[in-house]
Amino acid sequence: MSGGPIVRPYGDATGDGMVQVSFTLPVPHDKRAEGAALQLAAKMGLDPAMLVHSRQMGDGFTFFVVYGRVSHLVDLSAVRVVERDYPLLSAKEVNGLIRRRLRRKLSVVGACIGTDAHTVGIDAILNVKGIAGEKGLEYYRELRVTNLGAQVSVPDLVAAARAERADAVLVSQVVTQRDAHLHNTREMSAAFREAMPVGRRPLLVVGGPRFDELMAGELGVDRIFGRGTTPGEVASYLVHRLVAGGAAGPARAAAGATAAPGDRDRSAGRGTEGVGG
Amino acid sequence: MARDSGSGGKLALDPVLVGRARELARRAGQPVVELARGHTTVSVERAVLRLAGVTGADPDGIPWVNRLVDAVVADVGLAHGVAVPVFDALRRELGVPIPAGSDVGAAVTLLAQKAAAGSVRFEVPAGRAARSAGAAARRAVGVGLRRIDRRRSERDRMVRRHGDPGQRPWIYLIVATGDIYEDIPQAQAAARAGADVIAVIRSTGQSLLDYVPEGATREGFAGTYATQQNFRLMRAALDDSSRELGRYVRLTNYASGLCMPEMAVLAGLERLDMMLNDSMYGILFRDINPVRTFVDQRFSRQVHARAGIVINTGEDNYLTTADAVDEAHTVTVSQLLNEYFAHEAGLPDAQLGLGHAFEIDPDLPESFRLELAHALLARELFPDAPLKWMPPTRHMTGDVFRGNLLDGFFNLVGTMTGQGILLVGMMTEAVVTPWLSDRDLALQNVRYVLGAAGGLHEDFVPAPGGFIQRRAATVLGEAVALLERIVDGGLLPAIADGTFGITKRPADRGRGLDGVAAHADDYYNPATELLEAGS
Repeated sequence: MSGGPIVRPYGDATGDGMVQVSFTLPVPHDKRAEGAALQLAAKMGLDPAMLVHSRQMGDGFTFFVVYGRVSHLVDLSAVRVVERDYPLLSAKEVNGLIRRRLRRKLSVVGACIGTDAHTVGIDAILNVKGIAGEKGLEYYRELRVTNLGAQVSVPDLVAAARAERADAVLVSQVVTQRDAHLHNTREMSAAFREAMPVGRRPLLVVGGPRFDELMAGELGVDRIFGRGTTPGEVASYLVHRLVAGGAAGPARAAAGATAAPGDRDRSAGRGTEGVGG
Repeated sequence: MARDSGSGGKLALDPVLVGRARELARRAGQPVVELARGHTTVSVERAVLRLAGVTGADPDGIPWVNRLVDAVVADVGLAHGVAVPVFDALRRELGVPIPAGSDVGAAVTLLAQKAAAGSVRFEVPAGRAARSAGAAARRAVGVGLRRIDRRRSERDRMVRRHGDPGQRPWIYLIVATGDIYEDIPQAQAAARAGADVIAVIRSTGQSLLDYVPEGATREGFAGTYATQQNFRLMRAALDDSSRELGRYVRLTNYASGLCMPEMAVLAGLERLDMMLNDSMYGILFRDINPVRTFVDQRFSRQVHARAGIVINTGEDNYLTTADAVDEAHTVTVSQLLNEYFAHEAGLPDAQLGLGHAFEIDPDLPESFRLELAHALLARELFPDAPLKWMPPTRHMTGDVFRGNLLDGFFNLVGTMTGQGILLVGMMTEAVVTPWLSDRDLALQNVRYVLGAAGGLHEDFVPAPGGFIQRRAATVLGEAVALLERIVDGGLLPAIADGTFGITKRPADRGRGLDGVAAHADDYYNPATELLEAGS
């Protein structure tokens, strides 16, 4: 815990500034390689830097672990993140608000778009099973969930949103090679803008482990959820925006502590891919 | 596959219950096999044409086998099979039966090009014309099967010359850059670092393409396209590595998807050694039509059986979407179904890489003992199958240090329970596509555990009536109960109802359904005939 708005890394004493980094250099392991690692560490601001481990891998690569002290200061008052700007509700509260205020089921359409076949994220949010003991949106009685699954084309998504009279469209993007997640999201939001007038458009929400939550406006969507998002957060957000008369407009940036770190999204680089592909 | 955990029965499983589980799997699977025997698909027919030697693609990259099957279907439908209409048209086009020894594949490829241009009409001949077209097709397909046979003998020779890995489990490592020319040096480096099996992960979504891309490819999404040329390039590179390292380095790719039968043929022709091939994966996880999947699966497995390719099934996938403790029995049920379907298609136990995974929440008390119980259950139920043991993914959090520890425990279960193939877990699972250093650390982890505890399976005998034995009995009992329900209602309705995973997959929905047809009375498939006759 820090006492003030300025902090620095903590090794085993307040203010010691100690960090640990590991990296690989494309050189065989010898004295020169170790010197090169220390030079890199110095340029990264580690002073003094201690090379604690080095090991050659294959023909021309060496792996290093370096500990060292950085002089950089972190100004907590200058940290900018998206803070949760809606109240977190229980499933019962979500259902109750929809029933009382909307008086019909709230329609949610979800999909992975583009070539992305990783349904892990959207399934974690939508499937009854949910994630980490928290049930997915299918579990909410007052939500009508349509999960289109993987590799849905944008026109199909727009058509499904229309057919289901979607109040909200949730899109998951895991694959980020060549910024596919950004291109796909822009294509998706543009298609909805073209297909439906303002006011008739569903709320557009995207999620994935590699999105910058601050980019919602730039990508033309209402909200971006990053790694570690739970179904309850998504449900609470939907109710806040669509039912409870919450603030309109894209998510605003707020100063303060970092968003809750997550641990549950999966990356594109899964070591095991089942029989998929 | 020598091992010493097999016959002793470390779990004291009730042999009556084990027999009942197998019998139920047979009864659940049999109607589906009957369904598969009475249907064909566009991919099965394209696989027949590939065996007959049709190669290449049109300028848009659509393979000639696709163009030819589409042309036949447009004229006479799919229900007769394409072999007879195609070879009948070939005789009419060429005027004479094709002389023995000539390049039939090139002639049929030329026919495909003409058909694509609309200059060939297909018919369903009767009588003598039908018999002669059928015989010509059988000869052409026989040539393809003999090429697969030669590749199999070649593998046998290379294994004799270079040898198998010195240890069990075999170390299985994934490579995936999207660029086959980048994959090759990475695969060779991985082999040098100790990998016994290299899997080239496919570009995401290839399983939903209804054609097989052509040529060497340098762009993919989170993986490299599976093409015949990519198979050939990688196999040649690993042959070099095998010679260099003095052990035969195996190559794996993926059959599952809309092109299972064709993938199986291409893998056989290019001497791949393992293929991921699950009986229900496409249905449950890719929303491919169930009938399409089962028809394609059966044919592809018949080809794998012929090619000597070890299939890898995908039970790990269940545990990435469902709880690894509550749903442990669904893994057992799937393994039993996969075994039944594989045996029916002619695959011996030695070619059954049945899958399972280390996916129990590590925060659960006794999670390691539960993993041991589940892994040992698979080992004892399938004593002669080279089981494929897959690493944690669901509870890899991005904390790479904890992940490395979890992978170490995963490796320990693998060696303690005598698994056949160990997919190396990466501590950076859920973080990045593995870096060079991640792979090196992961292999160090495996080598440490196998080196330090490689013989521990000898000493590891669970206490009679103890936690592990009881847990295994519970899972087996739940599997039998689930199989009973499936047999009562039927496998296809069970899939439709969401019995496996949470997804509901009705038999009349899903991708690829329009490429399925029931056999007409005169349906003829020379490949199935030759594969089932074993000639």
